[in-house]
Amino acid sequence: MRSIRVGKVVRDLLFWALILLIVFYTLFPFYWAIASSITPANQLFTTPLRYFPANPTLNSYRTVFSNQDFLRALGNSVLVAGTTVLLSLLIGSFGAYALGRMRFRGRRAMLYLVLSMTMFPAIAILGALFTMVRGLGIYNTPWALVMTYMTFALPFTVWVLSNFFRSLPVELEQAAYIDGATTFQTFYLILLPLTAPGLVTTGLLTFISAWNEFLYALTFTLTPEARTVPPAIALFSGAQEFEIPWGDIMAAAVVVTVPLVVLVLFFQQRLVEGLTAGAVKG
Amino acid sequence: MATTGISRTTLQPARKKSGLSAQARQQERLAWLFLLPTLIVVIGVAFYPLVRTIYVTFFDARLGSARAWEFVGLANYSRLLGDSNWWDAVWNTIRFTVISVAFELVLGLLIALVVNSKFPGRGLMRTAMLVPWAIPTAISSQMWNWMYNDVFGVINDLFTRVIPLLPQKIAWVARADTALWALVAVDVWKTTPFMALLLLAGLQLIPGDIYEAAAVDGANRWRQFWTITLPMLRPAIVVALIFRTLDSLRVFDLIWIMTGGAFNTESMATFNQRHLIQFQRLGYGSTISVALFLVIGIFVIFYVTFIYREEQS
Repeated sequence: MRSIRVGKVVRDLLFWALILLIVFYTLFPFYWAIASSITPANQLFTTPLRYFPANPTLNSYRTVFSNQDFLRALGNSVLVAGTTVLLSLLIGSFGAYALGRMRFRGRRAMLYLVLSMTMFPAIAILGALFTMVRGLGIYNTPWALVMTYMTFALPFTVWVLSNFFRSLPVELEQAAYIDGATTFQTFYLILLPLTAPGLVTTGLLTFISAWNEFLYALTFTLTPEARTVPPAIALFSGAQEFEIPWGDIMAAAVVVTVPLVVLVLFFQQRLVEGLTAGAVKG
Repeated sequence: MATTGISRTTLQPARKKSGLSAQARQQERLAWLFLLPTLIVVIGVAFYPLVRTIYVTFFDARLGSARAWEFVGLANYSRLLGDSNWWDAVWNTIRFTVISVAFELVLGLLIALVVNSKFPGRGLMRTAMLVPWAIPTAISSQMWNWMYNDVFGVINDLFTRVIPLLPQKIAWVARADTALWALVAVDVWKTTPFMALLLLAGLQLIPGDIYEAAAVDGANRWRQFWTITLPMLRPAIVVALIFRTLDSLRVFDLIWIMTGGAFNTESMATFNQRHLIQFQRLGYGSTISVALFLVIGIFVIFYVTFIYREEQS
């Protein structure tokens, strides 16, 4: 009896140690970014390191928020990610409805086409997109990014949304038909509002992927006026050329991360559902 | 094969046409109308560029140059086959992919099993798991760059002073023998949560009474894991593996920011971007793109057929 109880205590202890280790590994890099962002610059570059900043300061945040290039990058990111989401929902919801709800020849082929497109390697068409972007005269503008982000945002939106449409009960449509609604009315007045949670989830996931995109953002923009946050942070440089302002970079990283963490906290359940629905269900 | 194809195309439409009501035919037309905007955009921003990319591989063309393209046949392809830098990039990418995906699978499975059991604070932990996944790779790369700093980095401090495992500090991302592993560690940190979530979704589909029955039959936890959990999790594992492999094969952000492709870390994608944009070699760079596309395309076909088969069974 006693040995069983001891065994259980040991098992519990090991279990909690494992959980602590996982949480530490997951969260320590964030802790370190925050700690570095509030450590005074002269302490940041001294050894041995301090694990808890002694004289916390908000200087790095002041620098970051008075940095015009960074503020513009934030604005560009909101513009690009927001427009990408709206456009893909607007265009994609119709396609997703057809794939999720309607019967037609070629449906299965289209479904697999869209699924394959969600895994399309962005780099494979980089050169051709570059020539197109130049030809359209939108090189080094946020519009170059909105256009090219459609390559991944639209198939993803259609794929995830069609799963949501498919999960709605069939009786709704039948009732609408009996009441004399056309297919278009059924879609627009009954099913689209019911998919609102699906639209929110899909929009959020698309927003995150557009917000995080780096390759196209790096390639199709050149100057700080058009840059979004990821290349801006990757190319962040201080007043002096040889000294990398790690405190400021960490402050910028925290500023960009906080909204995403808040979003994740709020929509945790939905994000997980959307992600796994897009990945696991066929 | 050919005969069934013919009989299908000749017999079925005839039967279908007579069977289709006016409403069904109208719905079919409407479905394609609904799909039309999506199709137009996809053709415009994906298929047209893809065709152009393939077309330009047969030319000696430069980006942003007025010089006329010169037809060179398959010269770009034969050059690529003999380019040792390309094969190094392929090898680096495969090494990076195999190592990080293997770590992610084992760690992700462990985390999924832990989160799947009931304990206080479980919801909180699930949220914490999502955080590394949600932040931009460009930002996590910079965070880790600072942690890997050769003099003031926390990792060096941790392993030379706090837990003295290393005799001296190491420039983790600036040495050929450590750089790839340093990148793997960041990738594992960032994407294990995603892997864990996919596996967790699979775990939650396994009915609990199977475990109860196994416990009654005297199977311990270890046996239950090997005989129930793992086999039933197989579809989720395969999907997660292919998903992550595809992602990992096109790794770009992490490498571009942390090492710039130096110290044996050049990947297929960084090699490709360098030739296309930095060296402005449109023809040769596009040839690299096509090669990369083919490598990834093989995995996509594998993935889609797998999904198809799972759906059938």
